[in-house]
Amino acid sequence: MTVSEGPAVSPLLSVRGLTKYFGNFAACSGIDLDIAPGEIHALLGENGAGKSTLVKMLFGILEPSGGEILSSGQAVVIRSPSEARSFGIGMVFQHFSLFEALTVGENIALSLDPKFSLPRISDEAARLSHKYGLPLDPKAHVADLSVGERQRIEIVRALLQNPKLIILDEPTSVLTPQEADRLFETLLKLKTEGRSVLYISHRLEEVRRICDRATVLRHGKVTGRCDPRQETPASLARMMVGADVAGVSRGTSSELGDVLIEVTDLSVPARTPFAVSLRAIDMQVRAGEVLAIAGVAGNGQGELFDVLSGEYTVPENDAIRIRGKAVGTVGINARRMLGAGFVPEERHGHAAVSEMSLSDNLLLARSQPDRRSFLSGGVLSIVRHSSVRSAAKRICEDMDVRKSGDDPSAGSLSGGNLQKFIVGRELDRQPAVLVVNQPTWGVDAGAASRIRQALVDLARSGSAVVVISQDLDEIFEVATKVSVISEGRLSPSFAAHELSLEQIGLMMGGIHDSTHSEASHAH
Amino acid sequence: MRIELQKRAQPSPLFSFVSPLLALVLTLFFGGIMFWMLGKQPVDALYSFFVEPLLEVWSLHELAVKAAPLILIGVGLSICYRSNNWNIGAEGQFTIGAITGSILPVLYPEWHSLMILPLMLVMGMIGGALYAGIPALLKTRFNTNEILTSLMLVYIAQLYLDWLVRGPWRDPQGYNFPQTKSFVPEAVLPEILDSGRAHLAIVFALVAAVALWFMMRFMLKGFEVTVLGQSERAGRFAGFSAKRMVWFSMLLSGALAGLAGISEVSGSIGHVQPTISPGYGFTAIIVAFLGRLNPLGIIASGFVLALTYLGGEAAQLSIGISEKVSRVFQGLLLFFVLSCDTLIHYRIKIVTQKLRGGAAHHA
Repeated sequence: MTVSEGPAVSPLLSVRGLTKYFGNFAACSGIDLDIAPGEIHALLGENGAGKSTLVKMLFGILEPSGGEILSSGQAVVIRSPSEARSFGIGMVFQHFSLFEALTVGENIALSLDPKFSLPRISDEAARLSHKYGLPLDPKAHVADLSVGERQRIEIVRALLQNPKLIILDEPTSVLTPQEADRLFETLLKLKTEGRSVLYISHRLEEVRRICDRATVLRHGKVTGRCDPRQETPASLARMMVGADVAGVSRGTSSELGDVLIEVTDLSVPARTPFAVSLRAIDMQVRAGEVLAIAGVAGNGQGELFDVLSGEYTVPENDAIRIRGKAVGTVGINARRMLGAGFVPEERHGHAAVSEMSLSDNLLLARSQPDRRSFLSGGVLSIVRHSSVRSAAKRICEDMDVRKSGDDPSAGSLSGGNLQKFIVGRELDRQPAVLVVNQPTWGVDAGAASRIRQALVDLARSGSAVVVISQDLDEIFEVATKVSVISEGRLSPSFAAHELSLEQIGLMMGGIHDSTHSEASHAH
Repeated sequence: MRIELQKRAQPSPLFSFVSPLLALVLTLFFGGIMFWMLGKQPVDALYSFFVEPLLEVWSLHELAVKAAPLILIGVGLSICYRSNNWNIGAEGQFTIGAITGSILPVLYPEWHSLMILPLMLVMGMIGGALYAGIPALLKTRFNTNEILTSLMLVYIAQLYLDWLVRGPWRDPQGYNFPQTKSFVPEAVLPEILDSGRAHLAIVFALVAAVALWFMMRFMLKGFEVTVLGQSERAGRFAGFSAKRMVWFSMLLSGALAGLAGISEVSGSIGHVQPTISPGYGFTAIIVAFLGRLNPLGIIASGFVLALTYLGGEAAQLSIGISEKVSRVFQGLLLFFVLSCDTLIHYRIKIVTQKLRGGAAHHA
C-alpha cells in the first residue's frame, strides 16, 4: 500500500521509524510520515490506533522509544511542548485547557512568555483572530463562551506562536456544522499562507473535503497513504478498520408500544455557577422509539442526564416517570430496578473507575439490579466475584471488547473498547429504558457502528432509547425522532426523516423560533 | 535548573511490593548514621534499639500492648483513607473514648459487676465515634476540610482530659495527684497469659483487622469504599453516597480509636491520668501507610512501629540517649515510606533550562 510519490518539495516535518512502547505494548511502531509545507495532512485511524501517541511525540509530551523526527531535514529531539513550539509546531487539543473564570486575553497570556503585557497580547490576539476569521473578544469570560468560541481561543493561542505546523486533534467533534464550516475556511487560509496542518479526525467526509493527503494508522502502524479526495468514505473506513464498516441497518419500523419514559414540565436550577439550569423539559419515549437529543456541548445535556439517571434527584416525584412509575425522588438504583439502564458521557471516573478491573466496573452499575446473582450472604452482601467475572467475560465476547489479559483494568482499554464494554454492561440486562449520553464520543468507526447498531436493535426489541448526542451523523443513523437541547430548553420532537441536517444545525445554534409554531405535530 | 516528577507509564510490581521493606532498610541506615553522629556505635545502638526488645518474654508482651492501639486505630484509618476521608484526629477520638469509657468506673467506683467491662468498651466506642462525628458533620453540612477540623479537635480533647483529671474526676484520696481512682478489678481488661502484661486489646486489634480485611476484600461495602475513594462521580453512578461514606468511615475509625482508648486506660494504666497515650493516634497514621492501607499489612506495620516505642525506652536505658529518638525513627520511616511510594509512581527528572538569548524573537 505504500505510495512513494512523495511531495516534490522537501518536507517541513518528517518522521522516520518512530516507535513508542508502553511496557511491552507498541502504541506506535515504525511510523514514517512526511508533512509538506502548505498542506493539510489528515491522520486517520481508530481509537487506540496510535494517533494521539504519535502527535504527543511530535509535540514533545511523550518521548519516543525509537526512530527520529526531522524538522526541515535536520534530526531533532523534541523534549517538551515549549521546544516543539520553538521548532514551529503548535497544537490544539481535543480537550481544552482553559480557565473558565478568566477572560480570553488572560487565558492566552498565561500560555505565553510573562514579559509581554496583557493589553499587548489582547491586541495581538484580536488582530489575529480577525485575520483568520475567528472573531474573539479578548475581554469576554471563557465561562460565557460556546465550545466553538473556546476552540478559537486555543487556535489563536497556537497561532500567536507563529507556527509552521498546527496539529488539530478532533477539532470538529464539538462543533455545529456551521461552526465547522468556519473552521475549514480558517484552515484553508492557513494553508494559502504556506503553513501546514496535521488534521486528526474520524469524520471521513470532512477529511475528504479539506485534506490534501491522508496517512492511515491501524494498531500503531501505517496501513495506508492516500489522497482522500480520490477515495470514498467507505474505502477510507476500510483502511482504518481493516474491514468494511457495517452501516447501521434500521429495518422497518415496528409498532410503537407504551410510553416507557416520560418527563413532564421539569425545571431544575443550576447546581454550580458554571452549570446550566433545565427549563420546562417535556419528553415522551415509547417502546420501539429512539429519541435523539441533539445539541452543542454545554447546553444542559449533562444536567439532563443527571436527572434522568437519578444521580441527582428532583423534588417533584411525578416529573419523571419510568414505565409509568413516578421516580423523580428516587435514586439511580431504584430506577435501574425498574428496568432502566444508563450510560454517562465521561468514561473515566464516571461510567467506569479507570484503576479498577472490568469485572469491578461491571459491579459498579449492576450491584443492585443483579444482586441475586452477584451478591450473597444476606446483609453481609458478599460479592460473588466468580459470577461477576463470568458476566464480564460474556459482555466482552458479545461486544467484541479487545483487551489484554483476562480482567484488565478499565484504564488499560482504548476508548472504543471501554465504551463497548460500558454500553454492553447495560445491554446485557435488556433494559426497558436506556439513556445514553454521547454514546460514541471519541470512539473509532468500527466500535461506533457496533454501538449504534446495538442501540437500534434494542429499540426494535421493544425498549425505549434516549440518545443524547452532538454527532449529527449518529443521530440520523439511530434516531426515530429528534429533539434539540439549547440553553437548558428541549425542543419538541420531530420525526427524524422530516428533518434535514441544516435544520438541526440551526436549531442547535439556538435558532429555534420557527420550530415553536410546528410544535403541535410532534405526535 | 529545576526538579520535576514525571509519572511512570507503569509502576514496577516488584518495587510496589518491596517498597515498605526498602523504607525500613533506609530508616535503619539513616538511624545508624544518626547514632554515629551522637557518638555511639551504630551497630550496637541499632541492636539494642531493634533487637534486644525481642529477646525476652516480658518485652514481647510489651510489644503486644503497644501494637494493640496502633493496629486498632490504623485499620480504622485505613478505611477512612481508602475512601478519601482524611481523619487526622484519631488521637482525640482515642482520648474521648478513654474518657467516656471510664465514666462508669470513675463515677460508680463501688459498682462490682461483670457487666461493667462490656459497657465500658461500648461506651468508649460510642464516645470515639461521636467525637469523629463532629468533623463528619462539619464536612457533610458545611464542606469544611476534615484534616483541619479533626486535627484541631485533638487538642480540645487533650485539654478536656487534663481538666477532668485535675478537676471533677480527681481522686480525693490521691494526694493531689492529677489522676482518678484506680479501677475496680471487674473494670480492668484481663491479661491473656500469665507470663506478662499483654491484655485483650491485642485480640480486639487482630479481630478488627481481619474483619475489615474481609470487608474490603469480599463485601460490597469494601467495594463501595474503594469506588468512592477513587471517584466520587463513579460512586454516585453506582448509587453510593459520598456523604454517607464520610459518616461511615469517620464513625468506624472513631469507634475503633475509642475502643483503643478505653482498652489502654482499662488494660494498661488502670486509672485515668493527664497523659494516656504516647501519640498512638498520630503514629497510627504511619502504621496505616506503612501497611499500604491493607488491614493485614497494618498488623505487621503495627508491630514494627510498636518496636520503635520499645526501642526508644531500651535505648534510653542501655545506651543513654533520649527516648525521643523513637519519634525520629517514626519520622524517618514515614518519610521513606512516602518517598518510596512516590518514586514507584514517578521518576525524578532534572530539567536544566538554558536561558535562550533569543527567546524574544520567536514570540
